[in-house]
Amino acid sequence: MAKRILTALLGAAVMGLGAQAASATTLGDVKAKGFLQCGVNTGLTGFASPDASGNWSGFDVDYCKAIAAAIFGDATKVKYTPTSAKDRFPALQSGEVDVLARNTTWTINRDTALGFNFRPVNYYDGQGFMVRKALNVKSALELSGAAVCVQTGTTTELNLADYFKANNLQYNPVVFEKLEEVNAAYDAGRCDVYTTDQSGLYSLRLTLAAPDDHMILPEIISKEPLGPAVRQGDDQWFDIVSWVHYALINAEDFGITQANVEEMKKSPNPDIQRFLGVEADTKIGTDLGLENDWAVKVIKGVGNYGEIFDRNIGAGSPLKIERGLNALWSKGGIQYAPPVR
Amino acid sequence: MTIDATIPPGRDKSTGSVLNDPKVRGYIYQGLTLLLLVVFVYWVTDNTIENLKRANIASGYGFLNGRAGFDVGQSLVAFTSDSTYGRALVVGFFNTILVAVTGIITATIIGFLIGIGRLSKNWLIAKLSMIYVEVFRNIPPLLVIFFWYSGVLAVLPQPRESMALPLNMYINNRGLAFPRPVFDSGAQFTFYALIIAIIASIAFVRYANKKQLATGKRPPVLWIVLGMLIGLPVITFLATGMPISFDVPIAGKFNLTGGSVVGPEFLSLFLALSFYTAAFIAEIVRAGIRGVGHGQTEAAHALGIRPGLTTRLVVVPQAMRIIIPPLTSQYLNLTKNSSLAIAVGYADLVAVGGTILNQTGQAVEVVSIWIVVYLTLSLSTSLFMNWFNAKMALVER
Repeated sequence: MAKRILTALLGAAVMGLGAQAASATTLGDVKAKGFLQCGVNTGLTGFASPDASGNWSGFDVDYCKAIAAAIFGDATKVKYTPTSAKDRFPALQSGEVDVLARNTTWTINRDTALGFNFRPVNYYDGQGFMVRKALNVKSALELSGAAVCVQTGTTTELNLADYFKANNLQYNPVVFEKLEEVNAAYDAGRCDVYTTDQSGLYSLRLTLAAPDDHMILPEIISKEPLGPAVRQGDDQWFDIVSWVHYALINAEDFGITQANVEEMKKSPNPDIQRFLGVEADTKIGTDLGLENDWAVKVIKGVGNYGEIFDRNIGAGSPLKIERGLNALWSKGGIQYAPPVR
Repeated sequence: MTIDATIPPGRDKSTGSVLNDPKVRGYIYQGLTLLLLVVFVYWVTDNTIENLKRANIASGYGFLNGRAGFDVGQSLVAFTSDSTYGRALVVGFFNTILVAVTGIITATIIGFLIGIGRLSKNWLIAKLSMIYVEVFRNIPPLLVIFFWYSGVLAVLPQPRESMALPLNMYINNRGLAFPRPVFDSGAQFTFYALIIAIIASIAFVRYANKKQLATGKRPPVLWIVLGMLIGLPVITFLATGMPISFDVPIAGKFNLTGGSVVGPEFLSLFLALSFYTAAFIAEIVRAGIRGVGHGQTEAAHALGIRPGLTTRLVVVPQAMRIIIPPLTSQYLNLTKNSSLAIAVGYADLVAVGGTILNQTGQAVEVVSIWIVVYLTLSLSTSLFMNWFNAKMALVER
């Protein structure tokens, strides 16, 4: 323990050092380093997980790649920092990562007291419950007396307490720091119920020993708007991270895909011309601190929002999550981007 | 003039530079080191505060009064999600104390048994004790915790197929459920009776010691003390109409309901810390007993003292003087190792503090609380053991 405390103290001192040594803008730092340092999950199938040879893939990982593509024109210039739910905020606060793309819920506390900025929501989620089918439970309201597995330091942990209190139900929380530990505990039968964001439940169910023995209950007990987070105090960097997301949404809206982006540059549509930076004398990228064709680079790197969704968590993936709220606003969802103008 | 006398001839103090005086130089070096240390601490503190401000992170200890909003699985004091962060830390603190104290007691008992076992003339006992020590001493404590948690407790049956133990206890992969005593009115008399019995026992032992010194005859202390400690509370319990009943665990929808449950998180941590530290204590005990000269035993035998009494009155008191100082280190180690609780999700100070750290973002504050609490715990243990050591030390006449 003494060693850990000492490390923490030294860490605090170094954290002070690091922040002081850093230059004025995050963009400048990233360009100087030559890569983007991106905070991701330690391993959540579909969102961020490494394969056998250590290559990261997933929905959140594609956001890291998109930002790198916007800056460098090369989606591979990313280094990943896997963070637990508990480590993720200190990692961003201390400047260890440039951006946190780790299915993190946007809350007022994190937006203010923790010193972060959130804006685009790349995945509208909600908290759900998973149980064994054998328990014969049909609703979360029947869960009184159950042992519930939950990851510590999450909004999930707080929502859980609020939900059971509001409905006057008893429960016994079984709390772990790492996602893998929670999975193992649930799979071993240490608890009856597993609760986290519904997207996470679909993802985790695939990793269980017998996925078909488990079911996800219909109740969604919270709003979980997930999105990338950055440190406060650097508006340019905040704009870049936000607009990368909006570019992905706009691209889907315009029907621009990874395959047809070069062709679309010749489109007569002035909206598309402006978006792709082919309009004469445009400052659509330089105003952000990027090149004018940054949107082209993003789409070439990872495709549009719909492509990212399908490939990682949607119809084209084992998770098969419906677009639902995350469909474009024109298709019954609430994903909407401000105009590029 | 005694100091001057130590200066060798030819090095007259008055003619040399004052800088050559080793005493003055010593002060200068110490002053410089102290100054550097103060500057370093000031720089670290100032830098941290400055950067926290720049990052727009709120600081201070006011967050401790905020509503926690999360629940804790196992708690010695009442705690709900409406309690404050400060109270959550108190819960974690008591959980740390609980596992440290129970762990220290069990580790000491196992350690003494194994340590004495290694010195046994019985070949099997000696070898088994040796194997125990070598196995547990050479495995990292975290692995021992995982061994108990994943290897032993997680493979126990599900709650619906709980294994029944004697005395209405059940064990399953959710922990050990046992009947909880329910105290009705009048139960306090039994408790008072126990306290009276303890005080009376201490007084009787003192009387017996005095009588032995005066007359050389010792009254049958063990039986009388045992009789008082057990008899008095039992008689009171029966006389007041048996006011204590038991809440027995029975199968509920998900888990056993009623009774008390000790979760596998606590059990695995407690067992692991006990077994791990016991290996070190066993070696300390062995070293202590070996450290008492064989002549002492022979001398006692020559005086006609029986072997049992020789061990109790001659060997052990002298061995304790060797055992206690390193034993203190092991107690401190056990307390500090209890922070490994986080690996199995036991809600100790570090685990609860970590949750608070994450919910509030007050990293520096929470870490400072950890430091202060562990320092206080360790220093208190040290102080107690130093006092105990002084009490056991050789009284020189």
